[in-house]
Amino acid sequence: MRKVAIIGVGQSAFVRGYPGSIRELAFEGFREAMQDAKIATTDIDASVVCSSPEYDKQRSPAGVLAEYLGLTPQPTFYVETLCSSSSTGLKLAYSLVASGLHDVVAVVGFQKMSEITSAESQERMGRGADIQWESPFGTMMPAYYATYARGHFLKYGTTPDDLALIRVKAATYGQINEKAVYRKPVTFDMFSDPDNTMSGPVASPLRVGDCCANADGSSCLIVACEEKAKIFSKKPVWIKGIGAASTAVNLSGRDLFSGLSVGIEAGKQAYKMAGITPKHINVAEVHDCFTIAELMAYENLGFAKPGEGKELIRSKETYREGSIPVNVDGGLLSKGHPIGATGGSQVRTIVLQLRGEAGAMQVKEPVFGLVHNIGGVGLYGNVTILGRE
Amino acid sequence: MAKKDIDIRFSKFGTISFTSTTKVNDFIDKLEAGKVSGTICKDCGAKYFPPRADCCKCFSSNMEWFDVSGKGKLLTYSKLEYAPIGFENDLPYCIAVVDFGEYKVFGRISGDIADSEITGGMELKAVVNKLPSGQINYVFEKA
Ligand SMILES: [Zn+2]
Repeated sequence: MRKVAIIGVGQSAFVRGYPGSIRELAFEGFREAMQDAKIATTDIDASVVCSSPEYDKQRSPAGVLAEYLGLTPQPTFYVETLCSSSSTGLKLAYSLVASGLHDVVAVVGFQKMSEITSAESQERMGRGADIQWESPFGTMMPAYYATYARGHFLKYGTTPDDLALIRVKAATYGQINEKAVYRKPVTFDMFSDPDNTMSGPVASPLRVGDCCANADGSSCLIVACEEKAKIFSKKPVWIKGIGAASTAVNLSGRDLFSGLSVGIEAGKQAYKMAGITPKHINVAEVHDCFTIAELMAYENLGFAKPGEGKELIRSKETYREGSIPVNVDGGLLSKGHPIGATGGSQVRTIVLQLRGEAGAMQVKEPVFGLVHNIGGVGLYGNVTILGRE
Repeated sequence: MAKKDIDIRFSKFGTISFTSTTKVNDFIDKLEAGKVSGTICKDCGAKYFPPRADCCKCFSSNMEWFDVSGKGKLLTYSKLEYAPIGFENDLPYCIAVVDFGEYKVFGRISGDIADSEITGGMELKAVVNKLPSGQINYVFEKA
């Protein structure tokens, strides 16, 4: 198979209530990536469009976006795996390029969550998992992740305070990320203040401060074969490993409630393909739709042993100056989580880090970076390892 | 020719059912008879909860029913303070996963159990629960 690089990255600001249509939203991330790659639309051989269709009024958005982005008559493909749609899109683009079918592919992720009313959004939240056997009990995303938080607490003695520390870290970096939707400071004391929004109950043991916000946003990655990457880019970032996994949708079909099996499995695949181990990773973006998700990712990716994720955040090892900086762009908790755009935004952060262009968020000379992007409640797992060489 | 009636028994499952028909519609009849049931593959013996019409281990559709019985252990749970549309009147309620050994069951813990009594590993049984609306589901009660 051919080597594959990322030669351009872009994202829109993640915002509440984007004042435009989905094609205009997608254009923002695409334009930034194209200006970053310094290529023309005629240099792109195919596009992969990623979103979660339950938020879209537009049926089959790939064709509509391909036209607006100037990517016709090239082929376009539509991909969805809920919150990890654009990581799955990257995997498809990788396959198209590695196989030799196409040389340069654009991965366009977007979500205009405000396309539907909050009542409609609430209704869809109830159908986030197994609609036949779980939804009739009144389920929703925070409650599912809360069962994992409870599972982790019961098995390892993790506490709500440990989760609060993760939100405090996220806010540290959200404040300096101009693309983030939530840029206010968050302190540990807010979680013990009954009058503060952060401490409000959502689904025990998760509180408001443990949950990321909905947002509208877009992201774009330009993926190229080695030959084209060397022509177009001074600093190509290479895809070293790319893993993906799935599991039972119904919680009753799962064995692990203190971690996500898909994160473990996708991580193993990615490490093996890259030929490295967790200790080689210098910077990571992990899927923190809820604080507990980040804590589990520490363990599932091998940054900490099972049950010891709490020690990493207590000792601040996942801060920018620590031994394994995680989500130093604010994560989903600060940036917001526009479903189809999220994975592309995570990859963008790691590409900028590896190029040494992450500004105030830059960690010291990273060689390998990792992106962990989960779809649904641990239904789909995607882990991508990127490298400078 | 008369239009063929569609069997929509499954629309009775839970506060709101998002599925009206399935090959395991008899699950509803079993509930109405006081039984929470799964299926076993008659060809390879694979046991399924929730029930399935088809076995993905041996590709048989030769299934029979079994009753969820005895005590299970509470694996994990969460009490919801917010609910999706249509479930607001049920709040607050507690979702849970209970391990019965050969299979696990997802559902709600009975509102009769106080929060302070809910602990990981506690023994629970699955009991049929008729809702005032005429719908039907099951809840976990102390075993
Ligand atoms: Zn079988």
